[in-house]
Parts: sequence; structure tokens; C-alpha cells
Amino acid sequence: MSRTPPSLPARLWADRAIYIFLLPTLLLVGAFTVYPIIASIGYSFQNWNGFATTGTYIGFDNYRELWQDRLFWNAFGNTMVFLLIAVPLRVGAALLIAIVLNARFPGVRLFRTGIFLPVVTTAAIVGVVMRYILDPTGGPVNIALMQTGAIEAPINFLGNAGLALYSAVGIWVWKWLGITVIYWLAALQTIPTDLYEAAELDGANAWQKFTGVTFPMLIPFTIIITLITLIEATNVFDLILTLTGGGPFYGTEVIDIFVYRNAFINTVPRLGYASAAAILFGLIVSLATVLQVLAIRRFRRSAAEAT
Amino acid sequence: MKLLRKPWNVIRILALVCLLVVWCYPFAWLISASLKGQLEIFQKGLDLIPDTLLWENYSRAWVSAHFSTYMLNTVLITAGTVLLVIVHTSLTGYVLGRFDFLGKRFVIGVLLVTMVVPVGVTIIPIVDLADSFGLLSTRWGIILALAGSGQAAAILLYAGFFNGVPKDLEESAELDGAGFFRIFFSIMLPLAGPITATVSVLTFLYAWNTFLIPLVFTFGAPDLRTLPVGMLAFVSNNETDWSGMAAAATISLLPVILFFFFVQRFFVEGIAGAVKQ
Repeated sequence: MSRTPPSLPARLWADRAIYIFLLPTLLLVGAFTVYPIIASIGYSFQNWNGFATTGTYIGFDNYRELWQDRLFWNAFGNTMVFLLIAVPLRVGAALLIAIVLNARFPGVRLFRTGIFLPVVTTAAIVGVVMRYILDPTGGPVNIALMQTGAIEAPINFLGNAGLALYSAVGIWVWKWLGITVIYWLAALQTIPTDLYEAAELDGANAWQKFTGVTFPMLIPFTIIITLITLIEATNVFDLILTLTGGGPFYGTEVIDIFVYRNAFINTVPRLGYASAAAILFGLIVSLATVLQVLAIRRFRRSAAEAT
Repeated sequence: MKLLRKPWNVIRILALVCLLVVWCYPFAWLISASLKGQLEIFQKGLDLIPDTLLWENYSRAWVSAHFSTYMLNTVLITAGTVLLVIVHTSLTGYVLGRFDFLGKRFVIGVLLVTMVVPVGVTIIPIVDLADSFGLLSTRWGIILALAGSGQAAAILLYAGFFNGVPKDLEESAELDGAGFFRIFFSIMLPLAGPITATVSVLTFLYAWNTFLIPLVFTFGAPDLRTLPVGMLAFVSNNETDWSGMAAAATISLLPVILFFFFVQRFFVEGIAGAVKQ
């Protein structure tokens, strides 16, 4: 349907049906995603306690205060643990499992379903259930570890400030591993089987097939899957809030919990300050994402030139 | 069995069985705890079989802890969100995947940006906006907020699909006198059935499990809480009612697991398709 309209208004009028189709999304996404991003930037320059209808403009004061707020950097660090430890762990463990599951044997569907169970479970339930399961005074994990003699005294997985964050990382990986396994299975299924047949003719063993065929074919997917997982890792709010509420002693407080606490929980809400924290963190996430996307592009280009 | 002769297969299956136990044990434990007495949960150690089945835990969660209300809210909010998301993402996906128009690149760019924005960034203005429109303590407010946040993936799925549909399909329909809207609703949307199925399943899981938006929208309206939000409220109000909480968690869990078993195919195919794209 190529048209060569004479002028801009005529062109817009000719495409009016298209714009009508776009309208619902423009209204919904505009109101509940695009406007909030812009508004948040505005709020972040205000001193606004949430009881007043608007705040007062204070320039970069919120950002300056954040820079010196140890709790903000604590939350930043906790989020980084998710990005730098939990993401590679989830992506890597899922790849291992996907390689094992990417074969036909009895029960393979059962395994895929079992590993998917926590994915479809609400994070709120996972959080509550894990609080029981890891309870130091009668939770099954501690009982099992004590009975097998692996430990002598119960471990307070979620009540110990130094340990709770890593327990949360483990639970997060446990919860979401299934979906990453599906990503990897999809990636593995794009590899043509004749590549393996050719490798077999050359006498390659299983390891050589992995390093020579599977791994190179997976590189572009690795970047995409890591990117998706990274974005998901910035949204650990539900799990953390129901698991530990950010405690003990802010030990598991990630950025979203910091924002939530300052905006909705504190006796005097600090909406401007919370917005500034969210924006600062959002900038860092966006920067990381842009770098990743650039890496994908560069990789695709060099791959295209190579063939 | 021939399969078990190879040592690698035996190791593989053993490892997977261990994995499966670790993955499924918490669910078995939860269901068992939901039928046990208060003290029994923490005194019987690893034994999963309750002494007597205490079904009253369920009636306590369902009636006294208002989980019947939370269930109704969740069903209504999920249904509304799925419907609204299908309508708006299919319309946008169609025009983005099929036509060139002024501002197309801008729309795509904005959609891509919205995919990477952490939820903490948008939540305060969402509440503020909903409040000024009187939507804050309403189910409609929650539905609109859910349908308007983070649906870029669904739009791109539709766009990818419509981009691949042969052009002559529309051209012949146009010759038959069908207009733009008619073509979309009677030809294109039915064609995209598999995508609609995938988007419905993904949106169902998102809306059923989502937490932050229903949480902050129902601060002032406890009657509108959804299952996940009700779950958290129950925990903070009843730190000692372990078996009631387990029953409440099981009630919240069962519909989504049943649903997942029936639509597994669409779900897995949808995710797989999105990654391959």
C-alpha cells in the first residue's frame, strides 16, 4: 500500500486508520509508562513529602544527599550482587540443565514441568514458603542438614545479615531457572543437526562437539538471554519484600525496596528523594543495557562480515 | 531397560531426579503443612504426611482471612488485563508490523526503552496519576496500570507475526470492498490466533502474579487486595498462624498451576519463539 501523498497533513489524514489503531497503546503506555518516567525525573528535583499536593524545586539536592547516603549505596551494592552473581549463575546453570534436557529420554517432560513450577508461582508465595523451609527452629532444610550431619547447629539463612542476601540470590535463581532453561532449549533447537553429524564423521567426542559446534552457535543467544535476565534481575522487589522485607538490618534491601520504603512506608514519605534514587539506578541500568545492545550489534556485524 | 546400560544415562537421570526433588519439595511441603496442625508443622520434622487432615485450615483462610474476596479480585483483574492487553497490543502490533507511517521509528524506540525501565522508576507517578483520576482504590485502576506497563514484548510478538503475513491477502480483501478495520478484525486478528494464545498466557501469568501495583493501589482499600497482596497482609497480621498461611498459599497457587498444565504448550512455544526472534 504505497502512497505518495503531497503534503504532511494529507499524509497524516491518509494514515488516519493507522493512528486510530495506535491510540489505545499510546493512551495506556503513555499514561502508565512513558509519562511516569518523565514525571519521575521531575519529582527527583523536588522536596516532596507526599502529604502536600506538590513539592518544591530543590535542584540536585536529592542527588547530592543520595551520594552520601550509606543506605542508598548499600541498596545499590545489594542490587549489584543480583546483577553480577545471580545473573551469571542463573544463565550458566540453566544452560547446563538445558543441554542435559535437550535429548529424548523417558520423563523429560516431567523434568521440564517440575523445574517450571516455581516460575508460575507468585513470588509472594515463594517468599512466604521459603521463610518456613529455611526456618532455623524446625524448617525442613535445617532438619535435613542436621540429620545427615552436614552441620552441627542450625543455620539462620534469612535472619543472618551477612547470609540473607546470598540466600535470596539462591532462592531467586531457584525460582526463575525454569524460564531460562526454556530460553536455552529454544536456542539449542536452532542448531542444525547436520553440523553434529559432520562433527561425528570427523570423529569428534561429546566435549569437542560442545566446544566446536554448540558453543559458537550459542554466542548470540548468550548475549540476548543475559540481557533478558539482567532486566529481570532489576525487578526482584516482590521476592525480597515477602522473603525478608529488605532486612535483617537492610542486608537484603535492593534499590526497589529502598524506593518503596522512602515513598510508601516511612512515616514521612519522601517522594522526591525516592524518585531520585530510582532515576539514578534507572540510568545505570539503561547504560548497562545500551552497552549490551551495542555489543550485540557489533557481534552481529562481525558475524555477518565473516560469512 | 536399554537406556540404563550406558553409565552416562544413569548419572544423568540420577542428577535430574535429585534436581526434581529440590525443585518440587517446597510445594509438597506447603500442601502438607496446609493440612497439619499449628504445632505439628514444626515438630514432625521431615514427615510430609499429616496426623489427621485438618481441612478447617482451608475454611479459615477462605472465609476468615478473606481469601475468597482476594480470589475474586484476582480473577477480575487478571481477566480485564488480559482482554485489554490483547486488544491494544494486537492493534499496535498490526500497524507496526505492516505499515510505514510517520512516527513509526519513534513509537518502536519508545517501546524498546520502556522494556528496560525498572519498576521503581514508574511506581510513584503511576500512583500519583491514578490518584488524581480517582482510580487509585479501584479494580479498573489496577487493570489499566497493568495493561499500560511493560507490554512491549507482546506488541513486538504481534508485529513480528503480522510482518510475515503475505500482502496479497489484504489486497484481495480490499478488492472485495473490505475496509481497514474489517480487514483487521475479520482476517488478520483470527490469523494471529497462536500469537493471541501466547500473549494471553504470558499476560495471565503476569497479571495473576504481579505484586507492586496491586499492593500500592490497595493501601486504602483492603477489600480490593489480590491473592499475592492478601498473602503478604496475612503474613504480617498473623505471624503465628502457620497452617492458615500454608492453606492460603495453596489456594493462591492451585489455579495458576492447573492453568499452566493445560496451556503449557502455548507458554513454552511462546517464550521459545520470542527468543528465536
